[in-house]
Amino acid sequence: MPKLSYLKALNRALGDELAADESVFVLGEDVRVAASNLTAGLFDRFGPERVLDTPLSEQAFTNFATGAALAGLRPVIEFQIPSLLFLVFEQIANQAHKFSLMTGGQCQVPVTYVVPGSGSRTGWAGQHSDHPYSLFAHVGVKTVVPSSPADAYGLLLSAIRDNDPVVLFAPAGALGIRDDVDYASLQPVPLGVGRIVREGADVTVVALGHLVQDALAAADELAGQGISVEVFDPRTVYPLDVDGLAASVARTRRLVVIDDSNRTSGFGAEVLAVAAERFDLDAPPRRVTRPDGAVLPFAPALDRAVQPGRDHLLAAIHGVLEGKR
Amino acid sequence: MTAEHLYRTVRLIRRFEERAMDFVRSGEIVGGIHPYVGQEAIAAGVCAALRPDDVITSTHRGHGHVLAKGVDPARMLAELMGRENGLNRGRGGSMHAADFGLGILGANAIVGAAGSIATGAAWAYQRQGKDVVAVSFFGDGAMNEGMLLEAFNLAVLWRVPVVFVCENNGYATTMPVRSAVAGSITGRARAFGMPAFTVDGQDPEKVLAATTAAVSRARSGRGPTFLECTTYRFDAHHTFEHRARLNYRSTEELSTGRSRDPVEIQGERLAADVRAAVDAEIEALLDAAAGVALGGAHPDPAAALEFLYASPEVNR
Repeated sequence: MPKLSYLKALNRALGDELAADESVFVLGEDVRVAASNLTAGLFDRFGPERVLDTPLSEQAFTNFATGAALAGLRPVIEFQIPSLLFLVFEQIANQAHKFSLMTGGQCQVPVTYVVPGSGSRTGWAGQHSDHPYSLFAHVGVKTVVPSSPADAYGLLLSAIRDNDPVVLFAPAGALGIRDDVDYASLQPVPLGVGRIVREGADVTVVALGHLVQDALAAADELAGQGISVEVFDPRTVYPLDVDGLAASVARTRRLVVIDDSNRTSGFGAEVLAVAAERFDLDAPPRRVTRPDGAVLPFAPALDRAVQPGRDHLLAAIHGVLEGKR
Repeated sequence: MTAEHLYRTVRLIRRFEERAMDFVRSGEIVGGIHPYVGQEAIAAGVCAALRPDDVITSTHRGHGHVLAKGVDPARMLAELMGRENGLNRGRGGSMHAADFGLGILGANAIVGAAGSIATGAAWAYQRQGKDVVAVSFFGDGAMNEGMLLEAFNLAVLWRVPVVFVCENNGYATTMPVRSAVAGSITGRARAFGMPAFTVDGQDPEKVLAATTAAVSRARSGRGPTFLECTTYRFDAHHTFEHRARLNYRSTEELSTGRSRDPVEIQGERLAADVRAAVDAEIEALLDAAAGVALGGAHPDPAAALEFLYASPEVNR
């Protein structure tokens, strides 16, 4: 079976949708030469009107995409740097997201925002290493963080076909993942539906994006100690697959979430709140996150120190198994 | 385009706004409005230069734009009252009026935002083979939000069929334009390589002439034009000023500013009997509109988040 990388899967999904739907076009910085490789080969296939290179005018081109969507097109915007989403938060949260309701359902804004390389890219320091998916979930923008090549393909397809704004974070730590994939089996993955990546009986670990790899590694390690870990990947941050998570936790009755957000009001906090309201647990749940208010420092050891990692996760799993707070 | 048509539009907007302010005072309209009184000639002149399939984006002070583009005053008034029979089914209110069937892509409450939305829409229509022109209305205050200047750049670079209409009424809320805009408004537009003209925004016929040329240029593929329409806001920035008087315009200035009234300027071009007939027709139209609006149902609170998503299958 051929290997497919996560980044190539995104590229393939984008190319397939451009080919299948004339209304789809991609815009962003350096997309013609494919600086991030997300758009590799697409300019030559589809030309300058479907692969539109923009000046560094993030706010205007984000609203430009909203306008193009109101006029019937399906724009896909690439942001090379996750922190640029702070610059265009108004244009997504306050413009694109609000048009449907404010107009009484007269229009739709099917724009997809793709960040190939979100979160820490070691050495990129404070203003290039954010992972603001929790912010978009908070304001109700559909938000997805794929963890595998097949999901990257399928979720990007669904995001583009969705009639609302969707932000897709492709974590830097996941871009290089390569899986054996039968290309014929690639298909859309519905938004809002999670996936059990590994079945287990003793504890459910919720992980997104690149952190699914850490959760699986932790599960492997703990299996040797006789601990059975279930790994649940919600795939979509918002809307969260609460029912899918509930079904997993009903079996394991213990819960840990690992989340590359800052701690306060992050995705991990939301999972724990849902657990407090809905789940019957045998031990207090735990979250492994970036620290409160974290800014990623430059030096590699400092960068790693504030990211949620495997050791923190193992400690948290042991903690819930022992029923300790 | 006849003088009578332009007069009908400015008069309709004036009387709509006066009645709307009465409904603010009586409590039928909550949240207040940003009255367009004094600026009517701009909406009337600009929209008279457009085809029905041309599109506009509007502002927080947008009632005049949407009325001039052909919105039913009854549905507009119902929207201001938050009724189910309003333009946006009571979900938008004064600052977000939209009627996509009439090419009104929404009024926007962030002053510099809509220029880039209009630019994107115009580019998209052109790409789909339609010779539609977009007009983006905004005020002098928006000239200091960077995303609008970014939009000028994109529109010129990509020769987008859009016309930028800056309504310079002298104030961004209470901030005088002379204290807020370094250089000049048209100078900024010209810096992007765009033709820019200052137009008497109190005279609908002058606005119509300037817009007709700009629209023709856009439709023939020669790119955007910038029109600075100088005007004066006769009333408050927002009706909250009716209760909390803010001291930023002198009595002398208000008197001078109000001396060039677009309703009078255009009205004097009509025979007295024609003008009186138009006035009577508008009062009857607005009487009927008030009846329709006041009779509209209030939306059901259970449907407060209806329309939040266009793909509701993931709405949970």
